[in-house]
Amino acid sequence: MKDAAASELPTDKELVPASTKVARATRKTNRDVNAGDRIFRGVTTFFAGLVVVTLAAVAIQLVMTAWPSLSKFGFHFLYTRDWNPVEDEFGALPFLYGTVVSSTLALCIAVPIALGIAIFLTELAPPWMRSPVSFLVELLAAVPSVVYGLWGIFVLAPWLRDTVEPGISKVLGFIPMFRVPESGSTGLGMFTAGLILSIMILPTISSIAREVLKATPLPLREGALALGSTRWEVVRYVILPYARSGIVGAIILGLGRALGETMAVTMVIGNSPNISASLFAPSYTMASIIANEFTEATGKIHLAALAEIGLLLFVVTFILNVLARLLVWRVAAGRRYKTAGGRT
Amino acid sequence: MISLLRVSSVVLGCAIGSAMLSLAGCSKKDDSSSTTTTGTTTSGGTVSLNGAGATFPNPLYTKWISDYSALPAGHGVKVNYQSVGSGGGIKAISDQTVDFGATDAPLTDEEAGKAPGKLLHIPTTLGAVVLTYNLDGIKTGLKLSPEVLAGIFLGDIKSWDDPKIKADNAALPLPKKSISIVHRTDGSGTTEVFTQYLAQVSPDWKTKVGAGKSVKWPTGNGAKGNEGVTGNVTNTPGSIGYVELAYAAQNNLAVAYLKNHAGKFVSPTLDAISAAAAAMGDKVPDDLRMSILDPDGDASYPISSFTYVLLYAEQKDAAKGGALVSFLWWGIHDGQKAAPGLHYAPLPAAIVTRDEAKLKSITSGGKAVLAAP
Repeated sequence: MKDAAASELPTDKELVPASTKVARATRKTNRDVNAGDRIFRGVTTFFAGLVVVTLAAVAIQLVMTAWPSLSKFGFHFLYTRDWNPVEDEFGALPFLYGTVVSSTLALCIAVPIALGIAIFLTELAPPWMRSPVSFLVELLAAVPSVVYGLWGIFVLAPWLRDTVEPGISKVLGFIPMFRVPESGSTGLGMFTAGLILSIMILPTISSIAREVLKATPLPLREGALALGSTRWEVVRYVILPYARSGIVGAIILGLGRALGETMAVTMVIGNSPNISASLFAPSYTMASIIANEFTEATGKIHLAALAEIGLLLFVVTFILNVLARLLVWRVAAGRRYKTAGGRT
Repeated sequence: MISLLRVSSVVLGCAIGSAMLSLAGCSKKDDSSSTTTTGTTTSGGTVSLNGAGATFPNPLYTKWISDYSALPAGHGVKVNYQSVGSGGGIKAISDQTVDFGATDAPLTDEEAGKAPGKLLHIPTTLGAVVLTYNLDGIKTGLKLSPEVLAGIFLGDIKSWDDPKIKADNAALPLPKKSISIVHRTDGSGTTEVFTQYLAQVSPDWKTKVGAGKSVKWPTGNGAKGNEGVTGNVTNTPGSIGYVELAYAAQNNLAVAYLKNHAGKFVSPTLDAISAAAAAMGDKVPDDLRMSILDPDGDASYPISSFTYVLLYAEQKDAAKGGALVSFLWWGIHDGQKAAPGLHYAPLPAAIVTRDEAKLKSITSGGKAVLAAP
């Protein structure tokens, strides 16, 4: 034992200066004009630039196509509810609302479940169970969205309509959100869309969260256990705080998928541009209206309004991602502050 | 910090990815009509004709193409048809990216004005929009008058046991159940035909909703495509929706009888649709752009419509023009035999004669392209 420890120590000591040397050497070669390096650098810069150029081109093209609508409706577009291709009157509010609410609903359902799965698989599950279960969860991500949509129409919607929604309505019906609309429910609507979306984003969130949780250094866990923590306390006070920023990242990734998902949502949301208090009423999302009406939109303003919805989706996604990034930074900064202040 | 960076780069990637998704969807559709264009050169004695447009006649056109290629006349002629939708077809033929377009509704004057040359309408077959419903114990026999139909889709008639519905269906056990309406949510010629009919028979519908490929529906759920409407209707007791006849026939859906202009309740059969077309008689306009909605005649089904092929009266390429006109000539004659099997109504003889005249009038460089048939 002593020998091993002794032999380890010097290697460690040696490693430190060696790695510094390597770092210096790398810096040197960077400055050196080496043909291979230059080509490599050029190629990777080109690839990175390609993304920026594509994004800019997409934005410019969208603004150009949307211009008739942008100049005709201005900011009205954002807060009017009328979507009438016959009269050429267009407003995006129902679609904005539908996208934001269905995605939020999906997150509310998927995040606790996904985190539960991730924690179970990294901390609690017996080793023989971990691989198969995580494989199955990830398999959910491989199911095509049209299959989710069909399943939604033929299996989920009738069940929600006949069993779940009346049940929820009976218990929580005093809240307008959970009240079945007067005209009755068809099982297709915001709630069904949120539920389908939550299943679709579950594997994304849970598999990333699992990787992040796994990355918690062993000494931290062992330390907490050595201090007499229970399993729950280790998870709650050591692992989750450590993995917080990564988990937020996983959630954002799931949100990205929820915002952009088109096919499955279109099939189950009911496609009716209304803003209803009830979650059981049909709704519409931005991605759905583009998918539905783009092919047959012949009017100039109609086409422009659809392009503007695309632009809006672009902007909404961008804003949500910036917000999420700020959140990640704040969470990370908060943790540093807390550790520095010694208050935990 | 490293893990933080990794996460944020992933996040940015997802932002771009999901935003591009919708765009990719858009541009793809544009491409599909333009990519069909370029490969229209004649090479090695093969003429390749490209068309794009309505989805409704797609099964028939596909059958025509495969049948025609087996004939001596069709030797060396390769026809491609892409069912991108009527709107896409009109755009493609106006941009001259295809040799022929296809549309369910005839061009409006505005649309026709956008094309660089004179476009001819060739009616190729007939279809109908049918009302399908889901009521326990009522598999057949539901009768609807135009007023009731408009009332239902306007949201004025809310329950199946409404006296207005009962008036025409005294024998049926209509339940006290709210009516849930399913309409197409994707822009479609089927919606255009249906809403045009409603606007024609109901002044209320005309002022409140109007007609178009997409309209502002007063009530109901939207479903994508005929299959979406069918799925919703078969799954929701008390629902009603509209689909193409071919779709309803293939899926054995319950369809409603509609009251025609003569006051008779007619079920959507191929004969009833052909009767609607024949009822036009000599009122067929010169440019063949016509509506046969709510026609005269005891046997006419009220929501029938033609579907059209669009092509230029002056063809740029004589060889291709000749091949295209020969193909269509075959389609309006022998091709009609394939129609009933696919649940399309064959063209009445009077319309075939009018089509013949149109096809004969097509020229290239001042000469008629059609070789003596």
